[in-house]
Amino acid sequence: MSISAPAPPRVDPGLSAEASRANEESRITDNALIDCDIHNAIQSPETIRKYLSPRWRTHHETYGVRNFSGSYYPRAVPNAARHDSWPPSGLPPGGDLAFMQEQLLDAWGFEYGILNCLSGGGGERNLEFGAAFASAVNDWQIAEWIEPEPRLKASLVIPYEAGDLAAKEIERIGDHPGYVQVLLVARTSEPMGRRKYWPIYEAACRHDLPIGVHFGGAGGHPITGSGWPSHYVEDHGGMPQAFQPQITSLVMEGVFERFPELKIVLIEGGCAWLPSLMWRLDRSWELMRSEVPDVKRPPSEYIRKHIWTTTQPVEEPDRPEHFHQLLRQMDMNDRLMFATDYPHWDFDAPTSTFPNDLNKDLRRDIFAGNAKRLYNLA
Amino acid sequence: MIDSDVHNELPKLKTLLPYLGEQWQVYLNESAFRGTGADDYPANSPVAAREGSRPESGPPGSDIDLLRTYVFDKMGADLAILNCGFRPGSVHNQDLAADLATAVNNWQTEQWLDKDERFRASIIVSNQNPLRSAAEIDRIGNHPGFVQVVVPVRGDAPYGNLRYDPLFEAATRHNLPILIAFGGAPGLPPTATGWPSTYVEEYVDAGAIFQSQVNSLIFEGAFDRFPTLRIVLSESGWTWMPSLMWRMDKEWKGLRRDTPWVKRRPSEYMREHIRLTTAPTDRPSPERANELTEMIDYLGSDQMLLFASDYPHWHGEEPTAWMSDLSDELKSRLTHTNAAEFYGLEVSTTA
Repeated sequence: MSISAPAPPRVDPGLSAEASRANEESRITDNALIDCDIHNAIQSPETIRKYLSPRWRTHHETYGVRNFSGSYYPRAVPNAARHDSWPPSGLPPGGDLAFMQEQLLDAWGFEYGILNCLSGGGGERNLEFGAAFASAVNDWQIAEWIEPEPRLKASLVIPYEAGDLAAKEIERIGDHPGYVQVLLVARTSEPMGRRKYWPIYEAACRHDLPIGVHFGGAGGHPITGSGWPSHYVEDHGGMPQAFQPQITSLVMEGVFERFPELKIVLIEGGCAWLPSLMWRLDRSWELMRSEVPDVKRPPSEYIRKHIWTTTQPVEEPDRPEHFHQLLRQMDMNDRLMFATDYPHWDFDAPTSTFPNDLNKDLRRDIFAGNAKRLYNLA
Repeated sequence: MIDSDVHNELPKLKTLLPYLGEQWQVYLNESAFRGTGADDYPANSPVAAREGSRPESGPPGSDIDLLRTYVFDKMGADLAILNCGFRPGSVHNQDLAADLATAVNNWQTEQWLDKDERFRASIIVSNQNPLRSAAEIDRIGNHPGFVQVVVPVRGDAPYGNLRYDPLFEAATRHNLPILIAFGGAPGLPPTATGWPSTYVEEYVDAGAIFQSQVNSLIFEGAFDRFPTLRIVLSESGWTWMPSLMWRMDKEWKGLRRDTPWVKRRPSEYMREHIRLTTAPTDRPSPERANELTEMIDYLGSDQMLLFASDYPHWHGEEPTAWMSDLSDELKSRLTHTNAAEFYGLEVSTTA
C-alpha cells in the first residue's frame, strides 16, 4: 500500500512488455482476476445534468447537492487518488474510461471489474432530488461505462434514505444485465437493519441483487459513538467501527430471517475485525436473546451465510502465519473477494496483497471464483 | 489477586444529599431531577446483576457486604479496584455535574475507602468540562485510596481531543491512570450510524467505541503530549484489540505525514500505554477455543490484560471461565502482576 501504486509485474526482456505481464499474472493469479471495487468518477457537474429532467437540471444548477455538512475529513491527497492515476486527458482519476482500461483492466488482466460510484446521490437530503440524481447516475453508467466496456459491471445507486423511492429505482433498472449489485454506504442515517431500509432489501432480493455496503457516507452523525475525531486517519482507519454496528443491526433486527435470500457485501472495510465481532455477537446473543426473539440462530451463522467481504484494505499482521490463522478464524474462504479500490491511494495490487504461500485453490476463489459465483459472471 | 473492575453504586440519588451544598440539596428535593439517566445496564436485564448480587433495597453493587462477600471471600481477591458507574457526563448542567462528581467522590471516600483497606477507587469527574475535572483531580488526587480517574467511553468528543488536555495534565501530574468505562449518555448516538433499536445492539456496539477511543488517543498525540499517560479500558470485550493493531499500523504507514507527532507504530503505543480488563472476554465457541489463545498471542504482550470480575455484572459465565487454558505464568500476570505494576500497587497475595 502506498501513495503511488506498486509496480506491475516485472518485464522479462525476452518478451514484449504485455506478454511478460500476462505471464507473471497467470503465474500468480492462475489467469482469472476480478476487481470487486473500482470507482468511476463523475467528470464534471455537466456530466450528470445531461441525464436529468429539466426540472432537476435547473435544481442542480441553482441549489446543487446538499448532504450532511460538517462531516468531511480532507483526504491525504486530492480525490484520495494515486498520484499516477490522474489521466493525461485532464479528466479526474477514475473519470477517463480509456485510461482506466489501460492502467487497470489491461495492465493487470482483469476479466471483470465492478464499478461502485461514490457520487450516487444517496446522501442528498432532498429525497426526491436524490432519487432523480440516482436515476441519472445509473443511466450515465449504462451509457458511458457498461455499454462501451463489456468487462465492467456496476452497482446501481439509490436514494437509500427513502426506502420507497429506492425500491422504485431497483424496479426500474435492476434487471439490466450490467447491474450486479445495489449500492449502500457504511454510514447511513439509521443502523441499516432498521425497518426504513426494508423496502430496499425486499426489492433487491426480488431482483436477485446483492447489497454492496461501501466504505463512507455521511448520515448526519459523528463517525464515532463518542463524537467527532480530528484527523483523516481516524475517519479512514475508523471505518470498521461504522461497519461493525451495521452488521450488528442487520443481525439483531432479524433482517436475515425476514429476507432469507439477502446477500450483503462489505466493501473496503477490511476483514480482520470479523472474528472478534462474531465472538462478541454470539456471546451477547446467548445472554440477551430474549430481547430479540426474531433472531433464531447464532449471529455468526447469519454472518457466514449472508455476508461477503472484499479484501481491500487487507490487514497485514507482521507474521504471515497470523494471516492464515485469521482466515481460519473467519471461516469465510468462500466469501472473500479481491478488490483494488482503484484509483484510490490505498490500492491493493494483485501481486502484493496476500502472502505468497496462500493456498492455490483459495487464491483462485479470492481472485475470481467467489465473485463469479456471487455476481453470476460467466 | 487484584480484581481490577468492581462496581460500587449509590443506593439512591439522595444518598448524596449530605455531601452536597444547600443549593443542590434544594434542587434534588424539589426539582424533577432523578439522576444522570445514563441507563447503562437496564435494571432487570441479564447483564445487570449476577445471581445473588441484588440487595434487599438499592441497585446491584450498592451493598458493601454483599460485594465484599463475593469479591474477597468467594473469588479470593486481595484487593479490588472500584469503578463507580455514576455518570455526571450525562448531566448537561455543568455546575451540577461537577458538584455531583465532588459529592460522589466524598461519598466513596467515607462509605467505601474508609471502610475497608482492600478497596481502591476511581475518581469520578464531569468529563464534559475538562477544567472542572482537573480541579476535582487536584482536590482529591492525593488521597492514596484513589488509583485512577474514570470517564465513560461515550463522551462528547473522543478522548484524544485537545480539549481534554487539562484533564490529562492533572491526572498525569498526580500519577493517575484514566479508566475509560463502558457506558455514558452524552446525547450523541452510540454508533457512527445513529441509534440502534435494542439494548443488546448498544451493548455490542460499545466495542467499536472503545476502538475509536484508542485511535483518538494515539492519533491526536495524547501519548506524545503526556508520555506518562496510562489508560485502562474496562468491559470492552478486548478481543478486538489485535485487529485494531494491524489496521492502525497500516494506516500509520500511509498517512503519518499528517500526524507527525505519532512517532512510533500505533501498536507500540497500545502495548505501552493501554490495559484491558477481562470481563467480559468476548471469546469463540468451545470448538474454536484455540482461537482465543491465538488472539492473546497477537497482542504481542503479556502485560496488557487485567483480570476483573466486573461485579455485579453478568456476561454469561464466571469471570475466570475463559482462563482455564492459560499457563500458570500468564494467569499470575493477569490476576496480579499486571495490575500491581500498572497501578503501582503493593499487595500481599494469598494465592
